[in-house]
Amino acid sequence: MLTFTLRRLLLAIPTLLVVSLVIFLLVDLAPGSPLSEIPLTVPPEVRQKMIEAMGADQPVFVRYLLWLRQFFWVEPATLIDGWFGTTLAEGEQRILSWQSRSPVFTIIGQRLPQTLIVIGTAYLVGVLIALPIGIYSAYRQYSLFDQGGTLFAMIGFSVPTFFSGTLFIIIFAVWLGWFPTKYDTQLEVVDWATFWEQIRQMALPVMTLGLANAAAISRYMRSSMLDNMAMDYVRTARAKGMSERTVVLKHVLRNSMIPVVTVIALGIPTIFGGAIITENLFGVNGIGAALIGAIHANDIPMVQTLAFIFAVLIVLFNLIADVLYGLLDPRIRYD
Amino acid sequence: MKLRTALLGAVAALGLAPAAFAERGTDGEVKLTFPQAVSIMNPYLSGGTKDIYASSMVLEPLAGLDPDGNLVTKMAAEIPSLENGGISADLTSITWKLLPDLKWSDGSAVTADDAVFTWQYCTHPEGGCAQATKFEGVASVEAVDASTIKVTFTGPKPNPFTAFVGALSPVLQKAQFEACLGAAAQTCTDANNMPIGTGPFKVTGFTVNDTVSMEANPNYRDAAKPAFATAVIKGGGDAEGSARAVMETGEFDYAWNTQIPPDSQAAMTAAGKGQFVVAFGTLVERIEMNTTDPSPELPEGERSTAKHPHPILSDIKVRTALSKAIDRSILVEVGYGAGGAPTCNVIPAPAAWASDNTGCIAQDMEGAKALLDEAGWTDSDGDGIRDKDGKKLALLYQTSVNPIRQDFQALIKDWWTELGVEVELKAIDAGVYFGGDPGSPDTFQKFYADVEMYANNSDNPDPETYLGQYQCKNAPTPENGWQGENINRYCDPAYDELHAKLTQTTDVAERQAIAKQLNDMVTKDSMIVIPLVHRGTLSAHSNSLGGVQINAWDSELWNVADWFRVK
Repeated sequence: MLTFTLRRLLLAIPTLLVVSLVIFLLVDLAPGSPLSEIPLTVPPEVRQKMIEAMGADQPVFVRYLLWLRQFFWVEPATLIDGWFGTTLAEGEQRILSWQSRSPVFTIIGQRLPQTLIVIGTAYLVGVLIALPIGIYSAYRQYSLFDQGGTLFAMIGFSVPTFFSGTLFIIIFAVWLGWFPTKYDTQLEVVDWATFWEQIRQMALPVMTLGLANAAAISRYMRSSMLDNMAMDYVRTARAKGMSERTVVLKHVLRNSMIPVVTVIALGIPTIFGGAIITENLFGVNGIGAALIGAIHANDIPMVQTLAFIFAVLIVLFNLIADVLYGLLDPRIRYD
Repeated sequence: MKLRTALLGAVAALGLAPAAFAERGTDGEVKLTFPQAVSIMNPYLSGGTKDIYASSMVLEPLAGLDPDGNLVTKMAAEIPSLENGGISADLTSITWKLLPDLKWSDGSAVTADDAVFTWQYCTHPEGGCAQATKFEGVASVEAVDASTIKVTFTGPKPNPFTAFVGALSPVLQKAQFEACLGAAAQTCTDANNMPIGTGPFKVTGFTVNDTVSMEANPNYRDAAKPAFATAVIKGGGDAEGSARAVMETGEFDYAWNTQIPPDSQAAMTAAGKGQFVVAFGTLVERIEMNTTDPSPELPEGERSTAKHPHPILSDIKVRTALSKAIDRSILVEVGYGAGGAPTCNVIPAPAAWASDNTGCIAQDMEGAKALLDEAGWTDSDGDGIRDKDGKKLALLYQTSVNPIRQDFQALIKDWWTELGVEVELKAIDAGVYFGGDPGSPDTFQKFYADVEMYANNSDNPDPETYLGQYQCKNAPTPENGWQGENINRYCDPAYDELHAKLTQTTDVAERQAIAKQLNDMVTKDSMIVIPLVHRGTLSAHSNSLGGVQINAWDSELWNVADWFRVK
């Protein structure tokens, strides 16, 4: 298992290098300019000077190598400096966003907590809703509950978040006035009142995303349960006189969880990636909102760094899912 | 007489009463929301309006402009003029006096050196200053004494109110930005995000592309202002969401740039929580005619250049017919509602500078058809499309991706089709269209289409620079990397000559007359530009926010110090 993990980690290095080059070239070749949001009243000579000051006029390979150096040396060194008070990265240029001239990692550091709290909660809520629905739908296949669950899943699948989010805003914020529509990122939870505030402002985005997440996972859970329900060991268990509760929740559920856990684990990188549309809609300043903002502004350093971090996370969680698989299912061994 | 004076005095006292009794920081928090979040608080490193408006709450210029386009003092004690000797008789220099005892928000004194430094900062060749044009023609900025700033120009400057005037050109604190000259400007993150200014607020927290938190500047020059103790600008989302947060849910007090469809405007106003306000500057949505041939059959490097005149649009009769067929009032109704007005001018405001040209407002489909007949474009084969010498009257009409622009394209296509013109529509992503990348075939400068639509404006009530765009030398060509503002490749020596005269003229009335003439030359006389809609900027504020005076000539937040909570 250890050698397998190590071998996979080593193999990931060339993969990620190629991925980073591909992302860089893709982002760079995409049409657009970092100055497209600047009003037309700014004349061309001034635009040229601004481009030069950003370093955006350098040849593409110079910029790629510089980015590699900044990503793998300057940024970790800055992090170590921050922890231990050393001066490894002194005088080095960090990766700067073209749009805001702030270091990209500072922005990510500001935004990650919001994304993890909001999107993470939505994922958790989604899973907690999906599992019981999936289990009971499978146990009572074609019952009214199963039909209702299917309808719920279909709605969650097919209604895009920009629609359901706007619908929730109109119902719960405009008509009923229960929840705010804009997320206050400056809110600090210090007492029960602010905690309640935080719950209220998280309600709408969590509802919107939770619906979409629950829909997908409940379908996986249902079909995995159905597969197992037809197995011989279930009949055996029943024949031995075990209660339905034990049969379903102990025997069937355990075996059915194996593929579902993989699906859930593989979904975790998407939490870090944020939710572009939902974050934008509710003003949650998460990673997804940062990414789309940077894409609009052709802020290449920001897009490149974020896209690469997502790539790293996906590679990492794929590995984790594989390892988890081996732990859950004794039949799978990698040595 | 006595009684009248006394009454007037009483009225004045009553009018001033709220201001006189107001105290700084008594009205709690004012919450603003922008559909685009603030990226940086230093306007010299960003041309983005969102950043400039946000920074105008903190940084101030020497003088600003009021909603009528008149100068008002900010850091200066008075507006320099020829009469008070502030502007030299030969118009080559302007001398500003700072307000006495003016302090930065950190408590240190403002001196003339700060202004001198600001000039050096923006004109440094490696600084990439976005507002460099504000200092164009400035030979030097000197500190005559601690509170006197003398700006000397390279020649006579009829309009000397560019440097240090308006939200685009504020004064930076030398002590804070000293280490940020030139290339270092880009890396001064703390200074760029939390600049120290003399404005009514100071920055207390900044999260990039999200929120700016501010509190009342304890050293603001007026002890009674601002009425609000804190201010927050929350960014992100879209225009609809921002408008909703003010007009329907009441979470915010002010939303900038709430450009939403007219029917949504009406529905939101009906909720009764707030109101829309609109300011008309010089922004004009227009169709530009390509005077050169964009045909893809031409070799690269000759397409859309002066080498090949346009086969169809070179005829003024065709251009006039295209303009006549458009009903501008319907466009306004569909796209902008209260936020727009039909116009025939590229300079629609201020009133004193705008031509009285209204000839295009009424749609004249029959007249347009007659003109095309006259020009020899007739439908000889009966397919509904006019032709001449075997060539179809077909046009490619491009613009950026934007719901209102696509509505306009569809409407105008209908009218032009009725006229017998075949129209192909093209919508390009705004990032590409306005991106100016010389390698892309889709930029508005390259103009690989017959007609194109966008909006442009003058950033100064005096349109000298803006009108200068239509000079021959400013045409985008392969030689200058397709950079240039004369999008139509319009070239009339008489225009260039008249514009040169404008730059030499100092008498304001005469300048206005020339500007009107130049405006007419590119619009009604030549039909090179077909103005469509005079666009205002639409913002929303809640009914509980008082003192808002929307302004098209300076930052919309120019008088944020006077805002108060209606009780």
